[in-house]
Amino acid sequence: MIISVASGKGGTGKTTVSVSLALSLKDKAKLIDCDVEEPNAHIFIKPIITEEYPVCAIVPEIDSGKCKLCGKCGEICEYNAIAVMPDKPGVKGQTIVFSELCHGCGACMYFCPKLAIKEKERKIGLVQKGYRAGLGFIQGKLNIGEAMSPPVIREVKKRMSAETTVIIDAPPGTTCPVIAAINGSDYCVLVTEPTPFGLNDLVLATELLEKMKIPYGVVINRSGMGDGKTMAYCQKNGIPVLMEIPFRKEIAMSYSRGRSIVEDFPEYEKSFIQMVDNIRVYVEK
Amino acid sequence: MKICITAQGDSLDALVDPRFGRCKYFAISDTESLMAEFIENKDKDGMGGVGVGAGQLMADKGVEAVLTGNIGPNAHRTLQAGNIKVITGVSGKVIDAMNRFAKGELKSADGPNVDTHFGEKGEVPK
Amino acid sequence: MRQIVIISGKGGTGKTVITASFAAIAESKVMADCDVDAADLHLLLTPEIKEKGFLKSGKTAEIDPDKCVKCGKCLEVCRFRAVQSNFVIDPVSCEGCSFCSLVCPERAISMRENVTGEWFVSNTRFGPMVHAKLGIAEENSGKLVNIVKSKAKELAQNNGARFVIVDGAPGIGCPVIASISEADIALIVTEPTISGMHDADRVIKVARHFSVPIKLTINKYDLNMDMSDIIEDYCRKNNIDVVGKVPFDEVVVEAMVSGKTIIEYSAGKTAQIIKKIWNSVSS
Repeated sequence: MIISVASGKGGTGKTTVSVSLALSLKDKAKLIDCDVEEPNAHIFIKPIITEEYPVCAIVPEIDSGKCKLCGKCGEICEYNAIAVMPDKPGVKGQTIVFSELCHGCGACMYFCPKLAIKEKERKIGLVQKGYRAGLGFIQGKLNIGEAMSPPVIREVKKRMSAETTVIIDAPPGTTCPVIAAINGSDYCVLVTEPTPFGLNDLVLATELLEKMKIPYGVVINRSGMGDGKTMAYCQKNGIPVLMEIPFRKEIAMSYSRGRSIVEDFPEYEKSFIQMVDNIRVYVEK
Repeated sequence: MKICITAQGDSLDALVDPRFGRCKYFAISDTESLMAEFIENKDKDGMGGVGVGAGQLMADKGVEAVLTGNIGPNAHRTLQAGNIKVITGVSGKVIDAMNRFAKGELKSADGPNVDTHFGEKGEVPK
Repeated sequence: MRQIVIISGKGGTGKTVITASFAAIAESKVMADCDVDAADLHLLLTPEIKEKGFLKSGKTAEIDPDKCVKCGKCLEVCRFRAVQSNFVIDPVSCEGCSFCSLVCPERAISMRENVTGEWFVSNTRFGPMVHAKLGIAEENSGKLVNIVKSKAKELAQNNGARFVIVDGAPGIGCPVIASISEADIALIVTEPTISGMHDADRVIKVARHFSVPIKLTINKYDLNMDMSDIIEDYCRKNNIDVVGKVPFDEVVVEAMVSGKTIIEYSAGKTAQIIKKIWNSVSS
C-alpha cells in the first residue's frame, strides 16, 4: 500500500506526519522523501545511507563535423534549447545547445537529416538509499540551480518497491512535482493547520486530489491555534479528519531540534498506527 | 548594416526596451535608412529560453548588431555564436539610438551584463 | 525603483505574514504575490480585482480519433509515456514537445495551447497588487511568476512607485528562480529549526547562484534559542546580515484569523521589529 503525505502549502507539518507514520510502523514501512527541492525527512530519520545514484537528464550533443546548419533541430524544439547560427563571410556558423532548457524529448535527434545529433547525460540530482533500524529510506535531491524536479522524483519512485507500506513525503503545493510524487498512491493524507492560510491551501489540495481521483483524508496539525473553520469545512464536505495534533510549544521545540513527535511523545505512536490501519481498511474495501 | 533595437512600442518614437528576450517589439532597421520593421515579440512572457529564441530570430533576419538595455548569458551566447554584435546600456528613443549608432557613438559589450534565471553553470559559487 | 523579494526555501516560516506587514508599512509600492501555487497574500490584503487575463503556457497533444489509424508511431517516440495504449493523450504526463505530432503520418495529432492560470491587477487598502492563480495540476508556475513580476514592475514605473514588494515562491526550483531574478535584494525568512536552517542554506545558494544580494530574518526565534544562535553563526561566516529576529507571538495568528496584518492589528513588539526589518531592507 502506498500512502502519500501532502499539503497545499509548506510548513504545515507534512514531514512531521510522514516521519511519524514511518517511525510508528518501524520495519513494516519504507519512507520515501519526494520533496526533492527541500528534502527534510532525513533530518528526523537520521538514516545510514548505503547507496547513491546520480539522476541524469538526457541532452543532445551536436557533431559539428556532420552538422550542415540546416536549422531543423532548432525549428522543432519547443523549449528554445537549440539555436542554429548560419555561416557568415569569414565566420563559421554553429549549432548550440542550452542543456538546462532541454526536456529530453529526443525529437531533434530523430529529425536531424545528417544524423549529427547524439545524446549524452547531464547530472541534475541524486537518489540516496539507506535505512534506520528496520525502516527503509529513500530520498531524492535536486541540484541547486536546476529548475525541473519531476525527473528526480520519478527516479526516486523507481527505486521503491511496494511490498511493504510505503510512506511518500510529497512536495507542497498543487503543481507538477506534487503530481509526480503522489501519482499511483492508494491514499493521500493532507496535512493542514487551522488558520485562514492553511484552509485556503487545503481547499486547493483537495481539488487536485479530486482531479487525480486519489482518496484522501486530513490531519489537522497545531489544532487549538487559529480558528474552527478548517474542521467545519471538512465536516461539511464529508472529508475524514484522520487525526488532530494539538499545538504545544514542547512539540514545536522538539521539532526544531530535529526530533520527531513519536520519539519525544511516544503516546502519539498508537494514533499513527491506528491511522494507517484505518486507511488500510478503507483502501482494501 | 542591419541592426535591431528592442522597443517598448511599434514606432520610432517609442522607448528602447531594457530587456532583450522579453522586450515588446524588435525594431529591425538598416543604418542606411531611417526606417524600421517592427516585429512583435510573441515570446515575451515565455518561461525559458526567450533569449535564445530572440537570438535565433536575429540570425534568421540577418541582423548584425543588437542595441538593447540588458542582455542575459543565454542570449549573449547565442548572439556571439552568430557573430552578432551586442550593445547594452542603450536607453531613450529608438530613433535616437539608431542615430547614435550610425554616428559610431555606441560600443559593443564584452559579456552578458545581467544573469539569466537559468544559470549556465552546474556548480554553486561558495 | 527597488525590487524586494521575500523568500524562505521552506514553507510555513512566516514569509507571507512578513510580506503583508511590509504592505502596511511601506509607502509608494506595488505588491506582487509570486507564490502563485499556494497564494495566500490576498487573504490579508483582500484585493479588489480591476483587470485580469489568462496565461497560455506550453502545449498539450491531442489525437483526433477520426484520423488516427493506431499505427503506434507516437507511442514509440514519446518519452514521457503520455500516449496511452488506447491512443488518448494523458495530459498530465504530456510535456508538449510536439514529437508525436511531428511523426504522425496521418497528421492526426494537434498541439493545443494550455490555459494554465489567471493573473489579476487589483486595488487593496495598501495600494496596487498583482497576483495570480495557477490552475490545479498545472505546471510552469515560473511563467506566471514572470507575468506577475513584469506587470508589477510596469505598474510601479507608471505610478512612480519606489518599491515592488514580492512574496516569493517556496522551494529552490523554477518558480523561486523566476521570483528572485532581477531582485535588488532577497529577504530570507527562516525559523530556528534544523529543517528551516537546511532549507535556508539551499535557497541562499540559489540566490547567490543568481547574484542576488541577501539579508535574513529569523522568525519565531525564541522557540529554540540554540538553533537561532547556530543560524546567526552561519550568517556571520557567510557574510549575511541578520536584520532582526521576530519572537513567537500568538497575536500573529490572531491577526491572521481576523484578516489583518500584524501592523494594523497590534502596535506591540512584533510589529515594531518588523518595521525595523523593513527599514533595513528598503534602504
